Amino acid sequence: MTHLHQRSAYELAQMLRNKETSALEITEAALARIEAVDGVPGQIGYGDLSEADQNKVHAFITLTAERARQQAQQIDKQLAAGEDPGPLAGIPFTVKDIFCVKGTPSTAASKILANFTAPYTATPVARLESAGAVMLGKVNLDEFTYGSSNESSAFQPSPRNPWKLDRVPGGSSGGSTASVAAQEAPLSLGTDTAGSIRQPAAFCGVVGMKPTYGRVSRYGLIAFGSSLDCPGPIARDTRDAALMLQAMAGADPRDSTTARVDVPDYLAEIEKDIKGMRIGLSPDYFRISFPAADGAADGSYQDQALPAEIEAAVRKAAEVLRALGAEIVEDVPMPNSRYGIPAYFVISRVEAASNLHRFDGVKYGYRTGDKMMDLRDQYKRTRNEGFGLQPKLRILMGMYVSAAQYSEQYYQRALQVRTLIRRDYEAAFDPHGKYRVDALLTPTTPTTAFKIGDVYGDSVLMQYADQLTVPANHAGVPGISLPGGIDQDGLPIGIQLLGPDFSEANLLRIGRSYELATADAAWRKALPEIDG
Amino acid sequence: MAETLDRETFDHLVELAALELDEIQAEYLRRELNAQLASIAELAAIPIPEGTEASLHGIDYPLSRSAQPRSDEWQPYDDPDGILAQAPQTEGRYFVVPDIPHTRIQGKGDEQ
Repeated sequence: MTHLHQRSAYELAQMLRNKETSALEITEAALARIEAVDGVPGQIGYGDLSEADQNKVHAFITLTAERARQQAQQIDKQLAAGEDPGPLAGIPFTVKDIFCVKGTPSTAASKILANFTAPYTATPVARLESAGAVMLGKVNLDEFTYGSSNESSAFQPSPRNPWKLDRVPGGSSGGSTASVAAQEAPLSLGTDTAGSIRQPAAFCGVVGMKPTYGRVSRYGLIAFGSSLDCPGPIARDTRDAALMLQAMAGADPRDSTTARVDVPDYLAEIEKDIKGMRIGLSPDYFRISFPAADGAADGSYQDQALPAEIEAAVRKAAEVLRALGAEIVEDVPMPNSRYGIPAYFVISRVEAASNLHRFDGVKYGYRTGDKMMDLRDQYKRTRNEGFGLQPKLRILMGMYVSAAQYSEQYYQRALQVRTLIRRDYEAAFDPHGKYRVDALLTPTTPTTAFKIGDVYGDSVLMQYADQLTVPANHAGVPGISLPGGIDQDGLPIGIQLLGPDFSEANLLRIGRSYELATADAAWRKALPEIDG
Repeated sequence: MAETLDRETFDHLVELAALELDEIQAEYLRRELNAQLASIAELAAIPIPEGTEASLHGIDYPLSRSAQPRSDEWQPYDDPDGILAQAPQTEGRYFVVPDIPHTRIQGKGDEQ
């Protein structure tokens, strides 16, 4: 028997309409699942982890169970009265705790916002709720989204990977992907600045989409890299991701960077076949360049091939798509992708430093308990006590590379490199160009989920977890990570599709075709440790 | 050879960033900053064609799809008390902070 918490959002919506269940039953099933597998929520000042803690997921910071029950009851009332409560009626979802939701703690997983209750609701959350979706609570992330593992959260225990509980879920939307992979909710709202939806989706074996920059409003999102941040859906399959994106996408008068571009009917689009679509493979996505292993601070790099299992998963996916009628285009050059991380180190830090200056203990958030005589000393003490190491590092880096005497050498140059990265995509996707691809198929990550503690603390190595995802953020183009296999350690492998601006429907459509064609593959039968 | 931050420059940055760090934090952060600077040294070696523009955003914002300007009209916020309630310290309708330090700028007429 399939339990309610195992069902997709699409199935739940159908069941609700057919009166096979109620919104309250769906919500109670999700809350029961959370009770069974999640363990203690993340909190400030948590001590050593017990053995029991090490066997739980810890996706949540704040569970809003009563709020969820009330919303579910409201949906049931609307249904009973014959009203249409919306396309996502009764569907539970979790929200990365970087979004403001009125009346709930909105912490950014930082001590500096631990006591902050948002006075307004972010547009993507408001749109999901007005479509009838039921928010279960706020889930953990790297502090201010600054990381790829969730270990930097000030709220511990940080989330663990449901597939193998000694592994990280990835990040920064790790609480989101862990909650979906652990079947606590079918949907979660995440954000992607360098890969923060796609990388943890790959690590947790779920679907995660970074839409085109400007497709989904950033209003109410606590900003990191304002020119890079993209809210997006996390789900267990592409149909659910399409359903969720449908509710969120579109222009918002409260975010002037949203685009006035029509939102297609994603659910209809994804059911079309992919015959004749051109899908590219690039050699530049089958290798990674890491800083020299000897740790010499001389800027030298070494190229490494990807782990064979990851490359094989991508090539196998290409064969599946070819068999479905797509044309595979080999050797699409993306030569500037390898500069994605160095350029990101500069651009994102400059934007982060600027965005973090607002946290000063004056109007909201944490203020030092020490009585200070002078405002500037109060700023310093407050920020020192309130920020963890990663935000401090990003502030310092951002200030350094944007200082007048270095700006030309670093910031301006990084913005030019961004232009070059964008041109690679434009050339690949140009309908009159040499390659004319509808999408690129690549691996999502250079590794599968690493062990908790293995990378954390080395800020450079951690950043390289995003090497294959960050170029799309520079270019603004959409990308999606799909489960594409299981490695020899039993961990999910993610494959990525990247497309031209506003081609989300095509990416979801290719993903849907791939899912249907591989529905019976042996690796799809594998279960996460949390269910083993 | 990549640039390295000396302690004096680092301390100046810390001051500008309105942070105060203990020794353990300062040591970790300076080491990581230097590692990050090493990893961005590659930027200097990237061949950038003459006239390459800087992109502040990846995607273009042609007028046809960028947000339409809204009329410049103020709208009252419905819950100012909710905003004030978030503040660590208030008095009446004011946010309270300690003394704001100021430095007198020496100019004509200031000489004793």
